[in-house]
Amino acid sequence: MQKLLQLPVNAVNIVKSVQGVGQGQEEALSPVLTPDSSPQNWYSAVQPEELRHLRSGGTGETLRASLSQSLHDDLKEMLDSNKDSLKLEAMKRIVAMIARGKNASDLFPAVVKNVACKNIEVKKLVYVYLVRYAEEQQDLALLSISTFQRGLKDPNQLIRASALRVLSSIRVTIIVPIMMLAIKEAASDMSPYVRKTAAHAIPKLHSLDPEQKDQLIEVIEKLLADKTTLVAGSVVMAFEEVCPDRIDLIHKNYRKLCNLLIDVEEWGQVVIINMLTRYARTQFLNPNVNESLLEESSDKAFYASDDEEDEDEKAEVTTLEKRKPYVMDPDHRLLLRNTKPLLQSRNAAVVMAVAQLYFHLAPKAEVGIIAKALGMFEPYLKSFYIRSTDPTQIKILKLEVLTNLANEANISTILREFQTYIKSMDKDFVAASIQAIGRCATNIGEVRDTCLNGLVQLLSNRDELVVAESVVVIKKLLQMQPEQHSDIIKHMAKLIDNIQVPMARASILWLIGEYCEHVPKIAPDVLRKMAKSFTNEEDIVKLQIINLAAKLYLTNSKQTKLLTQYVLNLAKYDQNYDIRDRARFIRQLIVPTDKSGALNKYAKKLFLALKPAPVLESPFKDRDHFQLGSLSHLLNAKAAGYQELPDWPESAPDPSVRNVEIPDWSKCSSRKDRKEKKVEKPFYSDSEGESGPTESADSESDSGSGSASASGSDEGGSGSESEESREETESEEEEEDEEEEKKKRKKLDMTKAKKQADESAERCAIHTIHQISCIINFDTFDMNKITSVFSQTIAPSGLIKMYELLHRITGEGLAVEYCFSRQPFSPDPNMVAVQIQFTNNTNSETKNLHIEDPRLQSGMRIREFAEIDVLAAGESVTVVIGIDFCDSTQAANFQLCTHTRKFFVSVQPPVGELMTPAFLTENDFKKEQGKLMGMNEILEKLTLGEKCVNEHVIVERVTATANLSRVPCGSDKECRFAGKTVSSGCLVLVTVTTKEGGGAQLTVNCEKMVIGTMLVKDILQALSQ
Amino acid sequence: MIHSLFLINASGDIFLEKHWKSVVSRSVCDYFFEALERATEPENVPPVIPTPHHYLINVLRHRIYFVAVIQSEVPPLFVIEFLHRVVDTFQDYFGVCTEAAIKDNVVVVYELLEEMLDNGFPLATESNILKELIKPPTILRTVVNTITGSTNVGEQLPTGQLSVVPWRRTGVKYTNNEAYFDVVEEIDAIIDKSGSTITAEIQGVIDACVKLTGMPDLTLSFMNPRLLDDVSFHPCVRFKRWEAERILSFIPPDGNFRLLSYHVSSQNLVAIPVYVKHNISFREGSSQGRFELTLGPKQTMGKAVESVLVSSQLPRGVLNANLNPSQGTYTFDPVTKLLSWDVGKINPQKLPSLKGSMSLQTGASKPDENPTINIQFKIQQLAISGLKVNRLDMYGEKYKPFKGIKYMTKAGKFQVRT
Repeated sequence: MQKLLQLPVNAVNIVKSVQGVGQGQEEALSPVLTPDSSPQNWYSAVQPEELRHLRSGGTGETLRASLSQSLHDDLKEMLDSNKDSLKLEAMKRIVAMIARGKNASDLFPAVVKNVACKNIEVKKLVYVYLVRYAEEQQDLALLSISTFQRGLKDPNQLIRASALRVLSSIRVTIIVPIMMLAIKEAASDMSPYVRKTAAHAIPKLHSLDPEQKDQLIEVIEKLLADKTTLVAGSVVMAFEEVCPDRIDLIHKNYRKLCNLLIDVEEWGQVVIINMLTRYARTQFLNPNVNESLLEESSDKAFYASDDEEDEDEKAEVTTLEKRKPYVMDPDHRLLLRNTKPLLQSRNAAVVMAVAQLYFHLAPKAEVGIIAKALGMFEPYLKSFYIRSTDPTQIKILKLEVLTNLANEANISTILREFQTYIKSMDKDFVAASIQAIGRCATNIGEVRDTCLNGLVQLLSNRDELVVAESVVVIKKLLQMQPEQHSDIIKHMAKLIDNIQVPMARASILWLIGEYCEHVPKIAPDVLRKMAKSFTNEEDIVKLQIINLAAKLYLTNSKQTKLLTQYVLNLAKYDQNYDIRDRARFIRQLIVPTDKSGALNKYAKKLFLALKPAPVLESPFKDRDHFQLGSLSHLLNAKAAGYQELPDWPESAPDPSVRNVEIPDWSKCSSRKDRKEKKVEKPFYSDSEGESGPTESADSESDSGSGSASASGSDEGGSGSESEESREETESEEEEEDEEEEKKKRKKLDMTKAKKQADESAERCAIHTIHQISCIINFDTFDMNKITSVFSQTIAPSGLIKMYELLHRITGEGLAVEYCFSRQPFSPDPNMVAVQIQFTNNTNSETKNLHIEDPRLQSGMRIREFAEIDVLAAGESVTVVIGIDFCDSTQAANFQLCTHTRKFFVSVQPPVGELMTPAFLTENDFKKEQGKLMGMNEILEKLTLGEKCVNEHVIVERVTATANLSRVPCGSDKECRFAGKTVSSGCLVLVTVTTKEGGGAQLTVNCEKMVIGTMLVKDILQALSQ
Repeated sequence: MIHSLFLINASGDIFLEKHWKSVVSRSVCDYFFEALERATEPENVPPVIPTPHHYLINVLRHRIYFVAVIQSEVPPLFVIEFLHRVVDTFQDYFGVCTEAAIKDNVVVVYELLEEMLDNGFPLATESNILKELIKPPTILRTVVNTITGSTNVGEQLPTGQLSVVPWRRTGVKYTNNEAYFDVVEEIDAIIDKSGSTITAEIQGVIDACVKLTGMPDLTLSFMNPRLLDDVSFHPCVRFKRWEAERILSFIPPDGNFRLLSYHVSSQNLVAIPVYVKHNISFREGSSQGRFELTLGPKQTMGKAVESVLVSSQLPRGVLNANLNPSQGTYTFDPVTKLLSWDVGKINPQKLPSLKGSMSLQTGASKPDENPTINIQFKIQQLAISGLKVNRLDMYGEKYKPFKGIKYMTKAGKFQVRT
């Protein structure tokens, strides 16, 4: 309690000191510290008063306290008690009140002093309370500030984060400087979770005090550079709320965001994708510009020259592609490629975000990929058929889709479907269906008559709404080409005898009157019938009878003069004044008398003016200018905070703004490269020395990123790193691309084959190192578990070394490479997975790729891949086959067949690929080793190569040579590895013991002596290099 | 983003409110109530309702409207997905998501909502992370807490928040290691008057209940993966592997989760397991209507069709129905005009039927429309698309787990037009 009593003093002092340091003016501006009540007075005034609250539980002096006294005394008592359980109970009841929307603000003093309560649940509920009421009770809220400030320094990251969350959520202007300071500090916190919270706090502070914008943008800029997925979504959210127009902040982070995207949580993905859509619209050229170019040759020249500039900058990109008038910026492509897998997200918002991205950014030919996810196109027509149980708004939307999908081919099916809708009990939906039929009829000329006939039948429907809607639609349809449809008008004239619905009768009469010239014989007869029944008709029908009469009088007065006069006379004495008025008005207008003025001459023009045909439009028209999937698009009205989607720029802004310090960054689209940065520098510079001049020119990002490794993103902690390692298994494709590039270079430089081999060995080494550093950093896990999780997922793809199966030249353009992916081959665990990559370098398709006639040693088995039907020119495809090598290094021979040729090829495994990692503890290892003594043990002394300076290098060399996993070991002089042969599951145990002066001893224990001997040879070679 | 949330029950009472930014008065819900009044059916309320200063986005689940208040541009689906996630979380925590359950657990609900959103932007929606922060209430724990004074709130940052695999917590231990997978397929179909299929498609899901120690890495392969047309995955599934090899490779979340949902398109031929013979007719000028319905199995691959329930919204003119079921029971609600017939299991030897007459308002003209018939059924041990799991392998852990696969086919939106 004593501690609690100190709180307000602390709070006030800190407020004071921060203000003093940070923003002197703030003091004068703040509402509480206004000159009328001088700051000093305020401090002394609040303190004793609040102390009283704390002592007495708020019984007493202040107005607020006296109000609360009557209401919540029991709760206050509980909050004041020493028992946490009572406090908790009280807080639960208070929170329940808040949840129901009951006012609990008078409890503020009693609640706020529990902010430092040891019980975490009480504390959390106090936070909930504070956030809800702090704005209303600013003075009292200040009492809690010092607790949060202490929380910000807590060693527990959850407490740091929640302190920041609450501090930034209590909307009290006076603490703005404290918030600013806290946010800045949290933005550099070690824990990504706290940094995420900092990102969330930015928009809170911005809405509380927009003046802080500039400082907040600095924090945003800093957090945008954060490399963890946890932060990415939140900071982009802050960016969107605070400074969505500062596109320049994105440049440097663009590629990183694209690459992180797949691992960001789903909500962050939506926000990032929407932001990147806007970004891309400002930075890249319209990919569909080609189409317009074909038409406008003048433009073509302009764009072509533009393109040449582009080529200079991005030489390596353009040389790979054919020269076209438009070349997509590789960054544009990166965005499209990296968002595509998200179409498989379980979150509809993510799928929608990707769909809109493709809609707004992709070349037209590629937009099709979203069709499946959106279900937008014709093959999915039937998915939009409507069920009677669908909610009305869904029905209307489905109807809209169906109408838009209608074309000559499917219209008859659609119309048949529409006919069932007309019988629905949902009348709004029936009306919409009739309109849809009308739109189909306008859009597709062939079915106009069918639709009209169908609609005419609907005129006899019992439901007035159906009839009215049909008549309206028929009217519109007929207005388009009345001359062709005199027979329908005739038909409708006949219907007048049967149709009782007044609205329908009225509409038919209007039609006959309007187009009386097309039915000159029938019209007067209709009028005759109508005149007879005039007195029994409904008012709306009577009005239309008068109209009809007037129109006929003007066009065919000979036949209808008497009839008209009769009708007008009847109307003159009608009970309804509207009808009487109308009759009087029309008589004056059409019947020439002395008194009738100039208007009489224009009567015909007035009545029979050509009325424009109404356009049957989609109710969903006119909203294209909004970004798809946005609230504004849905409502067809600009919502607050909507960011316009800019038009494509005429010429592309400088793409180099996205380059990050590392010069070759643009090429390393895969995560692996970024990861390589984290490798320790000494190792890197060493290996570079050896790899020699052949590569230094174009050694990809290896050298570049290596040098940048000093900046190593270790602050990301284990989280970021290991998540990349998961990703690695998924990004094989990209790696292979790279591998392929590398191969190309090899071909350029055949003479230096030896060095190339070194290079790939080095690559392997890098991966392994990374794998290990990953394990080391992951200190929260125990070693054994880590090895088991990660070597399964990482090691395989990390150690890929490509072998040639079929050279491009021998294969007549078909190049085939293979590698041992080190993934378990799931159809048969006794097989080694061999990943084969086909590249079609010809200009034509290669068809029916398959394996034939495998010639294998006895016992060996092969599991072929499913035949590849077509491999398009320039395309690559990767398949996985399984081979049971029976734990021998005998080659597997088979024929690779295309539709035209057969090639004899063979796959020979290095002995190290015949095993899979086994996971043993130190004790298990010793036990197993004990069982494999004598003939099963091979000992070999060796001198370690110059570069095998430390344990890391040894581990990486061994795991590169053989698919083994490391076994934990107490001694730092020993490295142990374990594996099992794939086919028979025999244990393979490897021990490397280092001695002073570069000497070492290699021990291999394995039941299969051949394997053991060969493995010793390979490892010896690897280690003594 | 999301400013506030109001929970509104079927009778239009706001029984819970939560604000993530400054407080929005509950009077904003008046606009919602207006829309609710206009809607003929509860589900016909427009999902997005614009008001002068706010936008209300709602979902209806378990007869509760979850109404989110937003103030500025945000993708509506974002909010809708989030609201559904809230409901799923409640269901996960309390077993059911009813007004009573929410009121009983109002504190946990509030704590959850507090963790799920920060300043209106989602913070933690992954169930395993939430469960480490706020433990689901159980009777045992409540008792223990009262005695020991311990709490339901975690003091440490959930391991998932910073992990590679945010969906899985570390240190999971089980004595019995088991992994169950339920392949559940729902047939959405429209059958026309004459009994021919107008449209039929299959929506399938694979729900998993995985209780495995440690960090298992699973792969699930299918005999016929090409069947799956449009798939969406739990974030744990490695997409590249699926693309390359059509294998589901994943480190599973702990406990229940939806691994995959898929769609077998209308292009493929879908087997329809039941047929309906019907004769529902009204005669002009008569106050009687005839009602005859017979159900029968077809294309069931020899499996029994169970839990059959037939429901139909009869035309408004129908006053009452006097029917005679050959099995099961039927009810007719003269107010809502909803006929439902709980059939049970279809016996192929003795087909269930429901026959009788309907009385109409005297003098009223014969109804224009014929009712549609909605059918629900279940078929155990059958995935109607023919999808078959080939094998499930586990890597990364040494023990042998118990593995189980169950197949089930259900009627989704299965409608017969008459």
